[in-house]
Amino acid sequence: MTSPIDSRGLGKRFHRDWALRDCTLTIPEGAIVGLAGANAAGKSALLSLAAGLLAPSEGSIEVLGRDPLREPSVLAEVGYVAQGAPLYRSFTVAETTEFARRTNPCWDEELAADVLKLIAPRTKVGSLSAGERARLALALALGKRPKLMLLDEPFAGLDPLAGREFLQLLMDGVAETAATVVIASHVIADIERVCDHIVLLTGGGVRLEGNVEELLESHRILMGPRRPLGSIRGVRSIVRERHSGRQLTLLVHGYGPILDPSWTVERVGLEELLLAYMAPERMPVPVPPERLPLRWHG
Amino acid sequence: MIEFHLDPRSGVATYLQIVQQVKEALRLGTISVGDQLPTVREVVADLAINPNTVAKAYRDLERAGLVVARQGRGTFVASTLAPATLLPHYEALRIELEHWLDAAVGAGLDEESIRALISATLRETLARWVA
Repeated sequence: MTSPIDSRGLGKRFHRDWALRDCTLTIPEGAIVGLAGANAAGKSALLSLAAGLLAPSEGSIEVLGRDPLREPSVLAEVGYVAQGAPLYRSFTVAETTEFARRTNPCWDEELAADVLKLIAPRTKVGSLSAGERARLALALALGKRPKLMLLDEPFAGLDPLAGREFLQLLMDGVAETAATVVIASHVIADIERVCDHIVLLTGGGVRLEGNVEELLESHRILMGPRRPLGSIRGVRSIVRERHSGRQLTLLVHGYGPILDPSWTVERVGLEELLLAYMAPERMPVPVPPERLPLRWHG
Repeated sequence: MIEFHLDPRSGVATYLQIVQQVKEALRLGTISVGDQLPTVREVVADLAINPNTVAKAYRDLERAGLVVARQGRGTFVASTLAPATLLPHYEALRIELEHWLDAAVGAGLDEESIRALISATLRETLARWVA
């Protein structure tokens, strides 16, 4: 079975700066993947590479088992919703869907119409509201009956109601097409409701990746009196450490139950977990400048 | 038909919330053998959740023998959890409980105190009956 997205050592450089570096990923088929990370963490670069819009500077990426640049035919099976849903503003809605119908061999008129619902077909794209424009872009992507959907910050610019409606229509389309989905968002609350797999990018690299349930199961918050930290039984590594007064709060990656009764153990939510991993790794302790003995010559 | 609702703050996984709500409805007899559960697409369109989550919940219920999936037609209730002894008394007991709750709210108890009182009394009463 080929993975919907399979990248090996993938990197993309713009001039001197690496937007993405050493990205090795295998996305499971049928997953709804939340691609999380701060702005400029490499999310858009990864999606553009997967959509065949950019060529890798190093490494490789395969989409549905094929190289999107060498075999662009694979893109007929990829629905891509770019950031801000760029569309021809002077086209009407009907002209836009007509264009999609003629350029896509497997176009599903009914599915696209389900998403468009009550948008008047003669409306010019330029005069649609943000929510309607997002729906049109979604209809164009879903109408292809894609095996893979890529969405870049689809909720940016949508009010909460339009955002929820967009998510409902997207999930309905996924139930219908069984597509694998990758949603890039820097707002975790927007994707938490639906994603079952997480890829967290920081500084152009993969910081954390895995099944959401497994990630939440393997992490815990420990609270207890402040103490020197040696190794704690059941804890593989400490992700984040916080002190307040005499209280110590740890977010840990564990391998088994925390039996030490002096810790209060709690589960962690997805947003808090990702924020902890997004924070810069351990702040470096400032080293005082070495005190040089003053020497007087002469 | 049963309608699902989600409590994102409960910390309970979404698929478990669906499983629990079906079991609760079966226990109270609000759905019974032969009734259809909403289709995956209906639940997804309603709650804006991942279709895999709904499918997983339905698979769990199927494995427990509570529902059966019929190809192309949907998922149907296959057995009940309502004790046969409950059904004849169900409505009368529900009305009595409603009166009691009215009295509790009237006396100024808030939801938390009511829940605390109910669960404490339930524990004591059950302990008495078992013994």
